[in-house]
Amino acid sequence: MKDTEIKRLLSAHIVSVLSIILTTIVPPLFLENFSVLGTHLIWLCICSICVTTVNIILYIILKPNPSSKRISFAHKVTKFLKCCVFFFISCILFHGIIVLYGAPLIESVLETFLFAVLLSTFTTLHCLCMLGPNIQAWIRVFSKNGAMSIWDNSLQITTMCSIVGAWLGAFPIPLDWDRPWQIWPISCSLGATFGYVAGLIIAPLWIYWNRKQLTYKSR
Amino acid sequence: MQRWPVLLFLAWACFLFFSGIGLFTSGFLLMRIELTNRSSCSDPLATPAWAGQGVAPGACWMPQRVPKAVLLIIDALTFEFARFDPAKAQPRPYENKLGFLHQLAGSQPRHARLYRFRADPPTTTMQRIKGITTGSLPTFIDVGSNFASYAIQEDNLLGQLVQNGRRVVFMGDDTWDGLFPQKFFRSYFFPSFNVKDLHTVDDGILQHLYPTVDGGEWDLLIAHFLGVDHCGHKHGPDHPEMAKKLTQMNEMLRSLVDHLGNDTLLLVAGDHGMTETGDHGGDSEKEVNAALFVYSKTPLFGAHLPEEPETIPQVNLVPTLALLLGVPIPYGNIGEVMAELFSGDGAATSAALSQLSAYHINARQVDRFLHSYSLAAQDLPAERLRHLRELFSAAMEEHDRLLAQVREGLSASPELEARLGRLVGRFQRYLREARAVCMESWARFHPLRMVAGCALIAASCLLCCVASELAAALDFSYRSCLLYPLLWGLAVAAVLGLGHLLTREGLDLILVLSWLAAASQLAFFWHSWGRRSRRAHLAGGQPPVASAGLWQRLRAWQGLVLPMGILFIRCCAMFSDSFVVAEARVAPFLLASLAILLVGKLHWHGRLTAPEVPKQPPGSAFYQKESWQLLCLLAVLLACLRLSGLFHQCREEIPHCQPSSFLAPLASLQSTQAKNLFYLLCVASLAGLVYAVRRWLRHYGNLNSTSPLVLFVRWAFPLAAVWIACYWAVTSGAEDTLGKLQELVQVALVGFPRAVYGLASLGLLLALWTPVTVFVKDSRESVGPIVTPYQGAPSSQADLQHVIPQIYRRMQESLKSQLDRGHQRATVAAYGLGSVYSATLVIVLTLLGFLLLMLHSERMSLAFLLLFLEAFVLLRIHACVVSLAGDAEPFVVPWYAVTAWVFAATQFFYSTGHQPIFPAIHWNAAFVGFQEGHSTHLLPAVLVGANTFASHILFAVGCPLLLLWPFVCEAPNSQRRRLKKELREELQEEEEPVMEMRLRESPERFSAALLQLGLKYLFVLGVQLLACVWAAMILRRHLMVWKVFAPKFLFEALGFMVSSICLLLGIFLVMRVDCAVSAWFEQLQTR
Ligand SMILES: [Zn+2]
Ligand SMILES: [Zn+2]
Repeated sequence: MKDTEIKRLLSAHIVSVLSIILTTIVPPLFLENFSVLGTHLIWLCICSICVTTVNIILYIILKPNPSSKRISFAHKVTKFLKCCVFFFISCILFHGIIVLYGAPLIESVLETFLFAVLLSTFTTLHCLCMLGPNIQAWIRVFSKNGAMSIWDNSLQITTMCSIVGAWLGAFPIPLDWDRPWQIWPISCSLGATFGYVAGLIIAPLWIYWNRKQLTYKSR
Repeated sequence: MQRWPVLLFLAWACFLFFSGIGLFTSGFLLMRIELTNRSSCSDPLATPAWAGQGVAPGACWMPQRVPKAVLLIIDALTFEFARFDPAKAQPRPYENKLGFLHQLAGSQPRHARLYRFRADPPTTTMQRIKGITTGSLPTFIDVGSNFASYAIQEDNLLGQLVQNGRRVVFMGDDTWDGLFPQKFFRSYFFPSFNVKDLHTVDDGILQHLYPTVDGGEWDLLIAHFLGVDHCGHKHGPDHPEMAKKLTQMNEMLRSLVDHLGNDTLLLVAGDHGMTETGDHGGDSEKEVNAALFVYSKTPLFGAHLPEEPETIPQVNLVPTLALLLGVPIPYGNIGEVMAELFSGDGAATSAALSQLSAYHINARQVDRFLHSYSLAAQDLPAERLRHLRELFSAAMEEHDRLLAQVREGLSASPELEARLGRLVGRFQRYLREARAVCMESWARFHPLRMVAGCALIAASCLLCCVASELAAALDFSYRSCLLYPLLWGLAVAAVLGLGHLLTREGLDLILVLSWLAAASQLAFFWHSWGRRSRRAHLAGGQPPVASAGLWQRLRAWQGLVLPMGILFIRCCAMFSDSFVVAEARVAPFLLASLAILLVGKLHWHGRLTAPEVPKQPPGSAFYQKESWQLLCLLAVLLACLRLSGLFHQCREEIPHCQPSSFLAPLASLQSTQAKNLFYLLCVASLAGLVYAVRRWLRHYGNLNSTSPLVLFVRWAFPLAAVWIACYWAVTSGAEDTLGKLQELVQVALVGFPRAVYGLASLGLLLALWTPVTVFVKDSRESVGPIVTPYQGAPSSQADLQHVIPQIYRRMQESLKSQLDRGHQRATVAAYGLGSVYSATLVIVLTLLGFLLLMLHSERMSLAFLLLFLEAFVLLRIHACVVSLAGDAEPFVVPWYAVTAWVFAATQFFYSTGHQPIFPAIHWNAAFVGFQEGHSTHLLPAVLVGANTFASHILFAVGCPLLLLWPFVCEAPNSQRRRLKKELREELQEEEEPVMEMRLRESPERFSAALLQLGLKYLFVLGVQLLACVWAAMILRRHLMVWKVFAPKFLFEALGFMVSSICLLLGIFLVMRVDCAVSAWFEQLQTR
């Protein structure tokens, strides 16, 4: 049972990683002058959209947390709308935190916001897919003994890796190397992306290695 | 409670750090006094005319030999670049590129010559320009210069030329603009800052060079090329780019020589060399080995051709050029004239005579300088000076004798020539020794001292760590940890001092003190190690718990990962010039990360969520009320951090930086409306500060008593605020007032600040004299007898300790009932006992805040308001975290709190408009309340220092609050505690929130906690200082060492000193309150 779960997790993550790699390879075929550094905003949009769709599709296919009872269509619609609102709020929140961390307030608002959207797709969207718009469940998942399935564990790992990556991405900004990727927010969004990818790769491995220790409370 | 030992131990730890700083500084920051004297033509230094030498009209000291000169400085022109070796088959990219110089020297040996040009360390461009123009050995700090600008204050070649009506034209590196403002007849400056840019400066010069040379409107033309240096920094010397750059220079020289007239002297010089990586700044052979090339279309040199190029010290250029151009040698010059250039093409004897007269003038000038310098400063060894003086007078006597004989008509003979040669040799020897003496004390790093200073600081950090561990274990014997080490140290110092006295060497105070520090440190480590092993021996009947113990220890260390990791990142940031430059943003970033990670960690461990209640749906968790409070506090902290960035100051390394408009005084605002608005805002922030402090004190009941301190808080705080507001009104509107009012304004400008100074000092004295702000209401009938079990005064300390908790428990009880029911029923026995320590600290901090705020410009009061708010929020977060974490030991201030506190101090150093560079110091702080200036240097230094280190002072004095605040915040949490208590039913005794009195219950642990807090604070400060010192030592060759690292080190060291002293004061204040509270209790007993 567990091994098959881990395999499903691994395959889902590999699809996600591939989708991110494709966002850097495919667009140049269609768009002129496209490069991740040069037209960073476009890449941010493409990457966010791509990760969003892939995640939603994966969620629909895999159904990591299947619920037993049938849900009415109206309920599904309200849930979807709620998810959208949550996503938007999380973008605003991330934007606020990034600005509080020292990002420029007025100049490059768009850049900052798109970066916030990217971070949200890496973190909040995942949570929404896995747990639904349920803050209590989120609070529960992100605590030491809160994980109830390997999907929760992978959620913890990818989310933390993305945020740590974004945080580390801020470090090269003050250096006087005059590299194109030092411009705000390129290094941070790249850091977040690398962190996310690393998280996607690490999560199944970590779970595999610790599969003996991992025991989950049944709901 | 042990008070003095704690203070003494902390003072000793501070001393250890200070001695480390002193030792390092003496090896790294060489100092020199700048004299303001200037040479002039009328100085009686000129040689009496020799026979057969008519004094040319208008000649000054010596007749002019060269009417015009071109000085080309090619930055970082190493001798290797200028040398040409035709035998080389495969030259490296930088070799054999300046072929034109070789061609000139080969074809016209009497016109051109190449020298090795020895630069003096520090080999940075600015210091070298200073050296090439003043003839002196500039150190990093030339005391006496105006710190606010880099302009050269000393007498220099350009100053002399301008003074004597010559036209100096400059083109190139804009460093010269800062060094010689308004000195040039014409100038073309190009930005030098961007090291990556190889061509802007050079192309700019090439555009103007030939037209200017042809125009002829100049006497000295200076062109400073930067491309070679920048190429070195960017690519290193061994790079094809360097070959291109040198070839370009070669072509430039070739065409320049075509444009030169016959009477023009051409000098091509490198200001310093470069290492194999293309850097410079230090004193290695490659860095000091520059090139000098001299050329003129009229013959300059004698027929004698040296085999190897001669080595010329860089300062020699100054007297040579001065005398050749016929101006006085700059006053502070210690260089020696280049004799060959004075030989001319006359006969041997006349050549020797003119050389001699140049040497004579040179020697007299150097002697005059050494005399004045030794009167102004004592750093040149007296013994050596006396020896020099002897050399000089002997040479002068010989000179006078020879002069008399020549006057009498001694004909030119081989004997005369020999005597002339010997005399020149004597002058030469004198000049060289004089230079060596100066060099020894000004221009050498002492690597050994630097390393030793570093080691001392590192060992002190370790000591702080070890001692704080010992204090935590309550296993601290002052006898073995303080007394014995001190005795050992004193013994070693005494032996050394005696040794010095016996060998009659000069006593080097810094060295002796560092030996004292090192010896006492060693003794400390020895004793603590000994104790430890003994303890292990006593405990170790069975083998010590190996695996479990290790695991436990690792668990204990886990808590350290977060604060120490962040601290480590901050220390690493000290090693990068970019990060030091950007530190104003790095510090808040790290502080925010620390806070967020802390809260995140609490969340991760499930401390923020309420214990699960069965009725909740499974798999969900809710936050407690306190957790939401913590999150709100975190948000406020982040907002504070972000807002504090509004008050930043700029430094030149950051391009497109606009300094915060809040830094400018209100008086500089044009619009009256904006002025009024800002004025109101400032006054509001001041009023807000006063209101908040009074509100806090009232809330904890510390504003009710009639003790002088409380009365002072009630009346003098608003008064001080009003006075400051009046002062601001006067300063910001000073220009608008007219006629008669002007006098009044002058009085007010002096009066208001001084009144605030007076008021604040009065308040501080009161806080020391009667720090207890507890109000006792004698209404015992209603409460019942306070002291029941014991009759009379307690006889022993043990009795007293038993009684005290009962007293304040009663008081707290009634205080609580008072709070619950409102103010109608006066059944309260004592107010404010639970916050008596922090109340005094808060009062003192507010007073200091007033003082420091007044030293800043008006609108910085907003930054100070922010500072107090942020400190408060940090304390609240700390208290919240302590209460949420639950298991924490209440007497131990965790590392994260101390680290955050230190980071906040650093952050507000920047957010009060400072930067660790000299031009950013707010000098006008010295004139607040002293409009007419000062007679002494002490007072302005204190004022400017207080302005600069305002945040260091406030946070260091407030440091004990970190220990006190969790106790103060205990009261509101009592509800939760009771809830917990219901769960733990075994606890029978009802526990009241006794707040800070809990500290008094265990005086031993209180003093240990204070000691530990102080040591932790010193440790965090010390580690940062260590990183800074290390960076300065390792990167002393770095391009930015004198612009970034050395000033940063200086500010960090001064900040450390100020912080540590203020920390001692803060802890002293807490102990004073403790004393007073003890006295107060005793008084209560006897009543
Ligand atoms: Zn240079
Ligand atoms: Zn350089």
